[in-house]
Amino acid sequence: MYSVNYHRASSVADAAKLLASEDAKALSGGMTLIPAMKTRLAAPSDLVDLGHIADLKGITVSGKTVTIGAATTHAEVANNAALKQAVPAVAHLASLIGDPHVRHKGTIGGSVANNDPAADYPAALLALGATIVTNKRSVAADEFFTGLFETALEDGEIITSVSITAPDRAGYEKFRNPASRYAIVGVFVAKGPNGVRVAVTGAGDEGVFRSSELESALGGSFTPEAAAGVKVSADNLMSDMHASAEYRASLITVMAKRAVTQANG
Amino acid sequence: MSDVSLVVNGKRVSAAVEDRTLLVHFLRENLGLTGTHVGCDTSQCGACVVHVDGKAVKSCTMLAAQASGSTVTTIEGLAEGADLHPVQAAFKENHGLQCGFCTPGMIMAATDMIARHPEGLDEATVRDELEGNICRCTGYHNIVKAILAASQAMSGKSKAA
Repeated sequence: MYSVNYHRASSVADAAKLLASEDAKALSGGMTLIPAMKTRLAAPSDLVDLGHIADLKGITVSGKTVTIGAATTHAEVANNAALKQAVPAVAHLASLIGDPHVRHKGTIGGSVANNDPAADYPAALLALGATIVTNKRSVAADEFFTGLFETALEDGEIITSVSITAPDRAGYEKFRNPASRYAIVGVFVAKGPNGVRVAVTGAGDEGVFRSSELESALGGSFTPEAAAGVKVSADNLMSDMHASAEYRASLITVMAKRAVTQANG
Repeated sequence: MSDVSLVVNGKRVSAAVEDRTLLVHFLRENLGLTGTHVGCDTSQCGACVVHVDGKAVKSCTMLAAQASGSTVTTIEGLAEGADLHPVQAAFKENHGLQCGFCTPGMIMAATDMIARHPEGLDEATVRDELEGNICRCTGYHNIVKAILAASQAMSGKSKAA
């Protein structure tokens, strides 16, 4: 590891102050950032540790509103009893991230801020029409995820929580890379009072996206058969050593079908 | 430099370390606890698994400074004197290792797994839970057997496989 300066923030305001230095980066669970620093894919001069700020941790469920603190770990999301009751698909999604040790450290805020095109959480937040709350404002998921590893966050802006309105039904399935456990394709489906939303991760050229083909088919009939009948276009999908765009297109239909089956439980 | 202070295997330790020091290097090089291994150094293999505040984590992917104030348990902290921890004893009994390089991480992952499953473990759960630990010798078979045996010895419970 190259030489870096570590700062432990005592509060969100303290963290914002520490992040004002140009090359500083926020450190949450570190499950992506530390490996990225080892390989110099990221090379911040300073790290501002958000992991010891109590305000950023915890899950509250109040009626249909679920609020998850940004520094809440994947293991906590996967095992929270109230969340499992309100939006079981989100707990299920968290249980599929990485491995048990990674889930003990990695956080929802870190994952969302990084917006890896194969990360799981962006699909859930986009499909659920979640709100990302920062130390400055609230941003709708539709406006938040702007491209590969790109978000609406400004320099020094810190995610403090994400807020979700529990849908009537939701499901998530992913076809994962056997080595990295990231999604080759992951599909989150949600059915709520405002209709059906379907978000796809792992496949898009520009990161997470909503599938209008699947949304209109499932809006008519929220069944695995309706999903199975959709032929997704391979345009604007990624091709790499793991899967071609055509294969990813086919996997989107299959994962959507399984996610709907899970949602209809 | 960061001043770090933590409790490792029941003993309070303090040191000034470079900020970039990974927890695994602090354990091995500052404290001489070389049971925790560096395998891949990319958070995949799990040879570096230790418990921080009671949870299994990959110590190659955490700074020592992040762990300051925490309680850490390494493989050296499991046995009670000459008496092996039940998971260590089960690995010995079931020959859950060949070269032994992955073993400290496997055992730390196993103790964490057993603690999180007080209802008992079955083979499928053990295999799923070992996602983050790689062994290149055994084919995992005897590791899984050892963990199931230890789980049963520790709680008296096992789920029908």
